[in-house]
Amino acid sequence: MSNKEWPLFEVFIRSKQGLNHKHVGSLRAADPDMAIENARDVYTRRSEGVSIWVVESKLITASDPKEADSLFEPADSKVYRHPTFYDVPDGISHM
Amino acid sequence: MTDFSGLLKRLTLLFVRKVVHLYKSFSSMKEMDIAELERRFQEKIDKEIKIEPNDWMPEQYRKTLIRQISQHAHSEIVGMLPEGNWITRAPNLRRKAVLLAKVQDEAGHGLYLYSAAETLGADREQTIDDLHSGKAKYSSIFNYPTMTWADMGTIGWLVDGAAIMNQVPLCRCSYGPYARAMVRVCKEESFHQRQGFEIVSKLANGSPEQKAMAQDSLNRWWWPALMMFGPNDDHSPNSALSMKWKIKRSTNDELRQQFVDITVKQAEMIGLTIPDKDLKWNEERQSYDFGEINWEEFNQVISGNGPCNKERVDARRNAKENGAWVREAAMAHAEKRRSRKERA
Amino acid sequence: MKELFEYTLRMADDSLILGHRVSEWCGHGPILEEDIALTNIALDLVGQATNLLEYAAVTEGSGRSADDLAFLRFDRDFRNLLLVEQKNGDFAVTLTRQFFFDAFRKPFFEALAQSKDEQLAAIAEKSLKETKYHLKHSSEWMIRLGDGTEESHARVQQAVNDLARFTEELFYMDEVDQKLISEGIAVDLNTIKPIWKAHVDEVFAEANLEMPEIKWPQKGGRQGMHSEHLGYLLAEMQFMQRAYPGMEW
Repeated sequence: MSNKEWPLFEVFIRSKQGLNHKHVGSLRAADPDMAIENARDVYTRRSEGVSIWVVESKLITASDPKEADSLFEPADSKVYRHPTFYDVPDGISHM
Repeated sequence: MTDFSGLLKRLTLLFVRKVVHLYKSFSSMKEMDIAELERRFQEKIDKEIKIEPNDWMPEQYRKTLIRQISQHAHSEIVGMLPEGNWITRAPNLRRKAVLLAKVQDEAGHGLYLYSAAETLGADREQTIDDLHSGKAKYSSIFNYPTMTWADMGTIGWLVDGAAIMNQVPLCRCSYGPYARAMVRVCKEESFHQRQGFEIVSKLANGSPEQKAMAQDSLNRWWWPALMMFGPNDDHSPNSALSMKWKIKRSTNDELRQQFVDITVKQAEMIGLTIPDKDLKWNEERQSYDFGEINWEEFNQVISGNGPCNKERVDARRNAKENGAWVREAAMAHAEKRRSRKERA
Repeated sequence: MKELFEYTLRMADDSLILGHRVSEWCGHGPILEEDIALTNIALDLVGQATNLLEYAAVTEGSGRSADDLAFLRFDRDFRNLLLVEQKNGDFAVTLTRQFFFDAFRKPFFEALAQSKDEQLAAIAEKSLKETKYHLKHSSEWMIRLGDGTEESHARVQQAVNDLARFTEELFYMDEVDQKLISEGIAVDLNTIKPIWKAHVDEVFAEANLEMPEIKWPQKGGRQGMHSEHLGYLLAEMQFMQRAYPGMEW
């Protein structure tokens, strides 16, 4: 039996307007249109979404977890990017 | 001059140190000790940091997870069959819709779990073929027949009840994709047990005939339900490692006891009798003592000799084989469309 | 009103019987994703059947419930199309049956949503959303199978050849329809037929499929004249209510 498997797609769902699409899982489909429909049936059975993205898994480029130190730790030392780094005098609000 | 020679000596020493240091860090870069990787891995686990797909992990951890997740996925998929057996005979429209939705959820859960296993490099088709060849296992309970409508209630009540008990701790499993899949599964399954209990209590409060149907169903499913938690702790070879790696959070026996304690009270409430003459409340332990499980039966059913093992695996294999031409057609069409697009 | 009851029952039975047939796939689909999709369709159809039967029960006004109508009527009292009671066969037969039906149901519900009967209009409105999706799903599969492999093309063309004779009945009308059309309640199916045909032609063109010549269309479902398949379907569907009369589940 020549059995060419359907490709794997990653599914991203916007659960409501105003939120980002979020990765929810994967599924198999023969083409992207089918992937959207399958995603609707598989991942939004309880009206969890208002918008769906699918992308073939093999097209995703991911960062290497072994390089996580060099990629992400430098940002840890840049505390000045975070608002809590700054002193605000008592009595000042809305800042 | 003495100063100078002293400086030279110090410089030499510094140089040697530097070289040694360089060499050390080089060799550690080249092949960081497996032991060191394992130590760091365990450290993450102990700190409750989730392991994600591309992170380094011990081979045994990967294998254990693939085995557990795919068994779990197979259980969902095979579990569709005993209940699917009653979809076309559901007694009213509401029950029919609920049962359909429930069995469909199980397909969805199987899919989430196959997805999680794929993140570990376990190709779904291969995983499924292992089920069809008998290599892979699934929950033994689905190898028992659903003879009456009451079984739809009992399965929801006992089997989903036992499953939830197993699954809730898995939401905190150390492997990220598995834990996330389980969060979805648990959220969706909360109605499964309730609808089951609703069916059973309706029967238990119904006509004598209905009550007898419910009791008979409980009699048939009670022991297989207890077997769902797996062998006793002292016969569970993978348990200790799974606990250490936080793939598992409670032992088989702990979960089984919890299940008995909760379920016995529920049975009493609706006036059904648990079919175990040794069942009695243990004041000291504040738990129920219960009879010995027939482990010979458990082992036989797990190894393929249960009443419906053959039917279950045949049904799944047939679905796959009968669907081969459909899957091929969809692929062939997708390719045609792609190449037409490229030419255009 | 007798006509409204009859009219509602016809729609209800179409959904009920087709929903039952599609639900037989649950657990046996060609791939997990499609298993879930088919079950969704079955669920939608059972839901439509429930809404319609509840309304039919109200219009009948004799105290029968939606469940009584589904589980306690006999073969001759069922009003569904012959098309929907046909057996599942292979995936091609199931999808072709679904496609012929969806291509009818979508324009039908669009028109019924304008009905002067508010309840029917509301049910049509809700069902239309589902039906649009069903039609998209079945149309895409007709194209995939028709324009897929040699085998899939042969299978789906065979299914079309076998089921085409039941499609005339989709547009069957009698005095029930005439009366309700005159009251602005029912849909004139003569207006639906060209829409159905245009969609079928469009999909078939893309799928390289041909509609066979229909020499002698099969009809009778609306009068309770059914194929041999319905009896077995009902024997299964009604088993519990027949074996344990009068009990609640």
